[in-house]
Amino acid sequence: MTERLSTGSKVGAALAAPVGWLATIIDAPLKLWQRLTGLGGMAAFFLAPNMLIFGVFVLAPFVINFFYSTTSGAAFFLADRTYVGAAQYSRLLDCGSYLDPSSCREDLFWNAVHNTFWFVTLQVALLIVVSMITALILNREIVGRSFWRAVFFFPVLLSPVVVGLIWKWILQRQGLLNSVALQFGFEPTEWLTDRFWAFAASITVSVWAHMGFFTLILLAGLQAIPRDLYEAAEMDGTKPGRVFWRITLPLLMPNLLVVLILALIRAVQIFDEVYVLTGGGPGTSTLFITQYIYEVGFASLLRNPGLAAAASILMGAVLVVLTLIQLQIGRRGEKKGARE
Amino acid sequence: MSRVAAFLTRRRGGKGWHWTDVFIWVWLIGGLLVMFGPAVWLTLSSFKTPQQLAEFPPTLMPYSTKEVMVEGYDKPLGLFTVTLPDGSTKVMAEVRRIGIVAQLVDPEAPGEIVKVNIADRQPVREMRFATENFTEPFEHFDFMQYLKNSVFVTVVATLITLLTNSMAAFALSKYQFRGRNVVLLLIVGTLMVPLSVLLVPLYSVISAVGLFDSLWGVILPTVATPTGVFLLRQYMLTIPDELIDAARMDHASEWQIYWRIILPLAAPAMAVLAIFSVVWRWNDFLWPLVVLSRKELYTLQVGLSTYAGELNVQWHFILAMTVVTMIPVVLVFIFLQRYITAGIAGSGLK
Repeated sequence: MTERLSTGSKVGAALAAPVGWLATIIDAPLKLWQRLTGLGGMAAFFLAPNMLIFGVFVLAPFVINFFYSTTSGAAFFLADRTYVGAAQYSRLLDCGSYLDPSSCREDLFWNAVHNTFWFVTLQVALLIVVSMITALILNREIVGRSFWRAVFFFPVLLSPVVVGLIWKWILQRQGLLNSVALQFGFEPTEWLTDRFWAFAASITVSVWAHMGFFTLILLAGLQAIPRDLYEAAEMDGTKPGRVFWRITLPLLMPNLLVVLILALIRAVQIFDEVYVLTGGGPGTSTLFITQYIYEVGFASLLRNPGLAAAASILMGAVLVVLTLIQLQIGRRGEKKGARE
Repeated sequence: MSRVAAFLTRRRGGKGWHWTDVFIWVWLIGGLLVMFGPAVWLTLSSFKTPQQLAEFPPTLMPYSTKEVMVEGYDKPLGLFTVTLPDGSTKVMAEVRRIGIVAQLVDPEAPGEIVKVNIADRQPVREMRFATENFTEPFEHFDFMQYLKNSVFVTVVATLITLLTNSMAAFALSKYQFRGRNVVLLLIVGTLMVPLSVLLVPLYSVISAVGLFDSLWGVILPTVATPTGVFLLRQYMLTIPDELIDAARMDHASEWQIYWRIILPLAAPAMAVLAIFSVVWRWNDFLWPLVVLSRKELYTLQVGLSTYAGELNVQWHFILAMTVVTMIPVVLVFIFLQRYITAGIAGSGLK
């Protein structure tokens, strides 16, 4: 055992050595830089790589996006594009009635908006109920608690593509679900090519994939609730239902709000797993906003980057509002924590 | 055994089973099936031959028809249990099949050919894992290349993330300088604008700097993660400033302070970020899908979804490659799950 350890550490040292040399070599010019510019210069040096990448690949695109949304044409370079003002936005928002996608000029966009709205509403509701029940159960003194916690966490790590393929394989016409249904005497159902079932499947699959993450956050909140509150309630003979509504839920509220907003932010951007599962179909029944942006921006024959940029800015606005609410809740929580 | 059963079924205060106890165990066992079942089913399916995958209803374990070598025939022949016209049954090897008539021979005495209706024969099956599903895509398709690309993107992106994020976090936690709050605010701001919002302009930036259709174009936009900077900064704030002051007294350069003091002390947080980064980059899909157009540059995720989106889906290969794609994540789950759950519960990052 010691033999193996020492060879292991030798290999580790051999691998780490060049990195150490590099760190030593870089030290000499940096000392000079430090002498010339002082601590402020060193701070700039340490920030530079991250902020350079950040500036080029996050900040610049963020600004360019606004320019994009005011131009038209299929060209990707800004200089080759023609300025059209707010035309892309008015095209997106040109609707007979916002409740009826077919009355809109960009009916595809409004289909995506409607689908996303219903998806977000139903998925987040289901997600929170399921995560809440699981967190409450995991918070009890059950045998093998860390094992059970791991069980519900497993799908969180899987890639969306893998999640999509796993369920596509189960839900296809000759898949596991239909064969189980057959055992119980049901007719095989077209889970992925029926409008209603494909939508239901996209909700269920994304809840399956993400519930473990939200369960963890809720569980952390539950465990922070002082035990003696429950003991006091038990001594007073309070009914379990009342304990939940009067103690657990109010004290869990900050966590629940964070979970709600995080789940909303994620659900609004839904794309990967549903794209692999249904491809947005049948028809447009599982087409969501991110896929609309992707298709209009890159994939379809009707490629129109300006329109895609305008749509993404509208989606971004929703996300910014949600995030601001989240930060506000977080700050309130911090203040409360500071007071305590 | 009865003691184990007694331990497992013991309830609070020795009372009997309440309905909530039943509900809890139904939920947990159901959860076990629903959470692991699909992945297990996929893995079992990935070992089935194409013929077996087409069967409905499917069997749980992978089977295939047993084969034997028969004298006078070059290829191994499939074994079938045949119901002969006189009502007796016999195990025979199938030579060929024409329409609904199968021609079979007795493996022991291969001279005489018997013709029967295909409905009168049942294949003799044995459990067999079709490992060729795994080897063939690596030999005949580009999956070896996809795997290499995925590993390259994951490793390089994680290394750059760790270096640049830790340097930025060091500057933001241990230096006082003008504009620090502006930088912090900028980074918080990006938490609000996810990649899906920046898709179109990011594509033009990538094209403008000549990174379109290259793995670096996949890597660079992902490495300046605001979550990573935050996680590390929060951790570095807990490292006492006295350590740095003492090092400065000893004439250590700032780089040495970062490299020899801060980095080793921040190792736990770096490990958490490394695990997260590996999982994130391995699983990335939308951005690589946009940036990569040449097939030989595809990552596993993009390659998989492309093959699965084709009209004639070769499920036996897709399933096997999905299992391969799952392996690193399953390893992370088995060995490092604790760190991840602690990281999420502590900071709410994903």
